[in-house]
Amino acid sequence: MEWTFIDTWIVLVGALSAAACALLGNYLVLRRMSMMGDAISHAVLPGLAIAFLITGSRDSLPMLVGAIIVGVVTTFMIQGIDRLSGLDRGASMGVVFTTLFAIGLILIRQAADHVDLDPSCVLYGAIELTPLDTVELFGQEIPQAAITSGLMLMVNLAFVIVFFKELKITSFDPALATTMGFNANVLHYILMTLVAATTIAAFESVGSILVIAMLIVPGAAAHLMTDRLGWMLIISVVFSVLSAFLGHLSAITIPTWFGFQDTSTAGMMALIAGLLFVVVFLFSPRYGVFSRMVNQFLLGLRIVGDDILGFLYRYHELAPANAAPVPVPEIQNALQTDIPVKVMIWNLRRTGLILRQNGGYTLTPSGKKAGKGLIRSHRLWESYLCNVMGYCNTDVHRHAHQFEHFTDTKLQEELSQVTGNPDYDPHNRKIPM
Amino acid sequence: MAHTRKTAGSKKNYTQAQAPLCVKDLTVAYHRKPVLWDIDLTLPEGQLIAVVGPNGAGKSTFIKSVLGLVPRASGAISIYGKSYESQRHLVGYVPQRESVDWDFPVNALDVVAMGLYRQIGWFRPVNKNHRKKALDSLEKVGMANYAYRQISQLSGGQQQRVFLARALAQDARLYFMDEPFAGVDAATERAIISLLKELKSVGKTCVVVHHDLQTVPTYFDHVVLLNMRLVDAGPVETVFNEENLKKTYGGRLTLLTHALNEYAKTPQFPSNTD
Repeated sequence: MEWTFIDTWIVLVGALSAAACALLGNYLVLRRMSMMGDAISHAVLPGLAIAFLITGSRDSLPMLVGAIIVGVVTTFMIQGIDRLSGLDRGASMGVVFTTLFAIGLILIRQAADHVDLDPSCVLYGAIELTPLDTVELFGQEIPQAAITSGLMLMVNLAFVIVFFKELKITSFDPALATTMGFNANVLHYILMTLVAATTIAAFESVGSILVIAMLIVPGAAAHLMTDRLGWMLIISVVFSVLSAFLGHLSAITIPTWFGFQDTSTAGMMALIAGLLFVVVFLFSPRYGVFSRMVNQFLLGLRIVGDDILGFLYRYHELAPANAAPVPVPEIQNALQTDIPVKVMIWNLRRTGLILRQNGGYTLTPSGKKAGKGLIRSHRLWESYLCNVMGYCNTDVHRHAHQFEHFTDTKLQEELSQVTGNPDYDPHNRKIPM
Repeated sequence: MAHTRKTAGSKKNYTQAQAPLCVKDLTVAYHRKPVLWDIDLTLPEGQLIAVVGPNGAGKSTFIKSVLGLVPRASGAISIYGKSYESQRHLVGYVPQRESVDWDFPVNALDVVAMGLYRQIGWFRPVNKNHRKKALDSLEKVGMANYAYRQISQLSGGQQQRVFLARALAQDARLYFMDEPFAGVDAATERAIISLLKELKSVGKTCVVVHHDLQTVPTYFDHVVLLNMRLVDAGPVETVFNEENLKKTYGGRLTLLTHALNEYAKTPQFPSNTD
């Protein structure tokens, strides 16, 4: 692999476009209208075509104006159909954007004889070629696409910073925002206009597939990673830049491992974004599927550990003072589990709560204290459920057995107070102090 | 039909000019389906006012049309004698809890701070002082300990209290609350009602959409009985009687409602309901 300044420009153009899309995409995701990006990015095609047919040139400005007009019209049409027909919002979007996209295709085809506006280029973009189309700025040869997408990023950044508070309230509670004089509809249309403009700015260079991906995926991933709007914006930008860099890197390296030529960079950037999303989906600290499984698993182990301490405490309570230590199979038998008991015995020994003696285990003084706390919670809960709530007939032991793992000393105090500081539980066992 | 009611004398006009809310000939329709017909209403200052009526009676729509959230087919609304637009700063609003997305990445404090946005104004960020004020409001509803919790981690009752704290932060004179008691636990219900009493004691007016007829006489001073038309409005002890309730929840008016609903079904377009 050889990394040249061309690769740097490709990554830069990709990253600027992706970040511009990602910033706005956050609000599409939060307003539960992610597909709006998809809709607008397709629907602007006739805008491009009409702008071209009227001006006869591929200048950026008329294209931008045409696209923005159609973008806003699209938003109005979707809103109108949505409100008047009572159809599902997705259906309204689908009807509008496929129709407009089709019109765009037909227009382009009609003009295709004397045009180099290529529908496939609109879909896939030509990011690999962007470094070749340069303009001179401050004595430097800078790709046109880098300037366009850079400007777009600045505009979007200014928008989300200046309107941070307004976007927050109109996205979260449009009704309240409107009563306060922050008109939710106005902000909605500004947002959609910017989405249309961003789409066009990114279109030619990176193509609509990457635009759609970057409008949705970084925002969705960021939403899974944080509970704060500000962080969500930052994470989505980092995510999009990372996708651009890793995407291009894999596009030029991975195929060569298998003896192929390098592949579409825009496609690879979108693919990497998708893969990164999967990683977040699985491993994000709070909402990740895998993280939740791990948390569940660790909680399960903790409960087994508690149960071992409780079991040993009860054993010492009943058995004579010089009773033999409890062998592992007996503990496993009492707790009805096998491997978790072994794991937690190892862990309790490591933390100095239990002690190995003649082929069995006993509690250390600190283990005894921990066990006593658990049994105290358990028996207080039994007293509470039976004497205060009057559920003596039900299986109070089973419920107490669940609650005991989540009872701290403060809750113990309260339980003890409402049950009248009892010495014995409903089964006439002593509640240890 | 509406014009016959405009017989108010000069004295009444004077009090109407001062009233927190004065509604004249208000009609609201969704597509062809009328939701509110010809409402004439003046609400007194400094009282707790319940808006009651069966499902689909247009209670929420009434509040939303007053606040300009749904367009009016006809009629005029004045808040303390002037248009809503010029009196925004005097009005607080608590929407239905289900109307927002509780997975939104904000914490309780952020939501309460939203109550200050109008006061902060366009473009300016929320600063330390605003956060302090928001925290004070949370304190008043007993939620200060939950200030930094993401809002989806709160129970329904706690979410409702966050909404009320936000309304407190708005520091309005006239509050509109859309079913604040819906789906809350007993503790929250008590917290809400003591909050309402407190608001009343400092001279605020609260208009509350309410479902539980049993608690109307204990919680409220004034009641508005609504079923597409205004059945009656006035002090609870004079207006909240069996005859009026029958009119609101059964009998002739329900037949009319039914007929109108059938009529609304006839066009080809399906229409949204309240």
